[in-house]
Amino acid sequence: MFQHDVIIVGGGLAGLRAAIEASALVDTAVVSRVHPLRSHTKAAQGGINAALGNAEGGRDDTPEKHAFDTVKGSDFLADQDAAELMTGMAPQCLFELEHWGCAFSRTDDGKIAQRPFGGAGFPRTCYGADRTGLYLLQTVYEQSVKRNVKQYQEYFVTSLIIDEGSCRGVIALNIKTGELVPIGAKATILATGGIAWAYSISTNSMINTGNGMTIAYRAGVPLKDMEFIQFHPTGLYPSGLLITEGARGEGGYLVNSKGERFMERYAPKAMELAPRDIVSRSIQKEIDEGRAFENAYVHLDLRHLGREKIMTRLPGIRELCLLFAGLDPIDKPIPVRPAAHYTMGGIDCNLNCETRLKGLYAAGECSCISVHGANRLGGNSLLDCVVFGKVAGEKASKFAKSLRDGTDQGLVQSFLEREQKRVEAFQNGNGIEEPTVLRDEVRLILTQKVGMFRSGSELEEALEKIRRLRGRFSHLRPINFDNVFNLDLIRTFEVEAMLELAEIITAAALARKESRGAHVRLDFPQRDDEHFLKHTLAHYTPMGPKLDYSPVKITRYTPEARKY
Amino acid sequence: MTKTKKDGVALTVLRYDPARATTPYYQTFNVTATKDTTVLDALFQVLEDHDHSLAFRYSCRSAVCGSCAMFINGWYRLACSTLISEIGRDIVVQPLPRLPIIKDLVVDLTSFFEKYEVVKPYVVPTKPIPEKEWIQSPQQRSKIDLSTDCIMCAACYSSCPSVWTGKNYLGPAALLQAYRFAADSRDGILRDRVQVLGSEDGLWRCHTIFNCTEACPKNLNPARFIESLKRTATKETLKARILFFR
Repeated sequence: MFQHDVIIVGGGLAGLRAAIEASALVDTAVVSRVHPLRSHTKAAQGGINAALGNAEGGRDDTPEKHAFDTVKGSDFLADQDAAELMTGMAPQCLFELEHWGCAFSRTDDGKIAQRPFGGAGFPRTCYGADRTGLYLLQTVYEQSVKRNVKQYQEYFVTSLIIDEGSCRGVIALNIKTGELVPIGAKATILATGGIAWAYSISTNSMINTGNGMTIAYRAGVPLKDMEFIQFHPTGLYPSGLLITEGARGEGGYLVNSKGERFMERYAPKAMELAPRDIVSRSIQKEIDEGRAFENAYVHLDLRHLGREKIMTRLPGIRELCLLFAGLDPIDKPIPVRPAAHYTMGGIDCNLNCETRLKGLYAAGECSCISVHGANRLGGNSLLDCVVFGKVAGEKASKFAKSLRDGTDQGLVQSFLEREQKRVEAFQNGNGIEEPTVLRDEVRLILTQKVGMFRSGSELEEALEKIRRLRGRFSHLRPINFDNVFNLDLIRTFEVEAMLELAEIITAAALARKESRGAHVRLDFPQRDDEHFLKHTLAHYTPMGPKLDYSPVKITRYTPEARKY
Repeated sequence: MTKTKKDGVALTVLRYDPARATTPYYQTFNVTATKDTTVLDALFQVLEDHDHSLAFRYSCRSAVCGSCAMFINGWYRLACSTLISEIGRDIVVQPLPRLPIIKDLVVDLTSFFEKYEVVKPYVVPTKPIPEKEWIQSPQQRSKIDLSTDCIMCAACYSSCPSVWTGKNYLGPAALLQAYRFAADSRDGILRDRVQVLGSEDGLWRCHTIFNCTEACPKNLNPARFIESLKRTATKETLKARILFFR
């Protein structure tokens, strides 16, 4: 059995940032279902927020203003102490990344370049062209290599190891050999990303199936605010691939089939740079009301930016358009529509990234501290990963150092056998259900019924359908027996997680009888602070999620109407 | 197996399962394609509708994660960004050539990543760290342009004849990384870097064949960066000798 002081599940930005921090103090390993350099962070484009004041017009920016924008953007559901912590740590964390060699674009005077992003009062989003995620992931990976952090590449974690209310490591499937192996740890950090691939129209990587969230949930840690799923306004039509908010930050227009810059009607001041929930709903309204192209998409027009700006600031977008849409944004507008993009909710944890389970921490998109509340601002997710990756790494390593004993062998054996039985049950399936058919159905239900505009009756219908799909999941056909690189088995684990999380998302959305941020109920169109200024918590029970609520931390910003 | 096209596309895949067979073989599947269907989509059709045992790597499906580099119709491509409508209805997919096969289209990239680590793929500053960011002018930043954009898909590594014949040769991707850090204004260990790169299995094993440049699915030019490193290495070596003789 493998044993470390700290293990981190997930090798994206949050996970590797945590690894850098933890490895300074204790023996640390990263366990990832893909090579860390294949993580979804790499697909992030536009940038990472910090009040550096480097850009013309951004000199008066401060972490406090960043915190206010974050809280207002969250429709006041973010915990304000968490937002303040994140925005306060942001500048130093950015400088640290720069010192490690991150390839940021530069201002004329050689500082980190910053561009305007949605919902922000200043140009605050630090960027490296439109490949910021790629550069950040490279940087933290390089630093983890420099520090000799042990990597378990292509290990798919199926369960936590729990010892009397403490997390003592994980059980993982070695994808290359098919072997289930225990990896013991004094502290475990989950940094496994979000669940937006559970929607059929999505910007996400295909590995974003939420398995990390479900292993915590199954171990008794509640998931928080899962009803809040962000739809990115500009997914490329039809694939949903991400077209960065930076395209609008650099001055791109959104135009409907009548040639109107329709954001005038919805956010006359901020226009295309209103927060994502607002822009996405506006686009969907244009589509629903018949002002879209082919009744399906609007145009993101960059032509007036000119070749030079597109080539230097948005080269990745141009490449995506050429490869996947067969058009050059220098000459033609880009067809876009909203696509599921980000999970605001996640594993419930506090400012120290601690969950309710001793020894278990969470950071990045899989966690919910909460800094994003009901709607995340663009550029805040990479920041969340960096800041809270660092916090999680520090807290987990200190906790691990305070413990003496490794993981109990006998205990490990019982968890290992439990997971082996789970795999055998899949492989001995005696039904006829096809896991990927169930997956396709749940993805469609979420997109159609649990999307940007929701209603009680549709959510009830969706919930019932999802429960039926979960019932069908227990009658699967036999799953493939191969040991080496068994995609069939891994994808069955994924479908199980997607179905479980779909039920939680839908149940939480049904119970929240108000409209706030990304969660809009047509039958309850107003925000209702009196009854719903609170976090949803979903607890595992064998019968399905049990919901309760926890208060929102308010420090200095009183909830007000949200206008842009 | 004979190829049939009646359902649209004949997708022939190299199969190899070390647990079952000692030699690889080809298998053809009928798949359907619209104008937007990619080779990766077609592989998923095979996995879901024809053969649950097919193995391949994937993640982002947007040409950035670097998982799905393969040899498709005789060329190095990312399966996710290769549209079937652009390459025809008879498609042959092989794993990246000249790398050990783990299963089907999945290759072992251990040596590729080990060599990457040899070049010290990180900035090593020798000046005191400033309170804020290092000042790096847009001109200085432009020295590392493009060399920062490698997605580590290993297509170039698989394509390089010097890698085929020199087991320990660092290869184009690692050398491109070496350039990226040597050229960064924040780095201070150029001389050490040049020493490593000037060794037997470094820079000088590149014979400027340009396969890497042609193979790169991101249109990068590793050969040009290697050439530039060779010039730097020569200059640094000469400088050191002149100092020695003085």
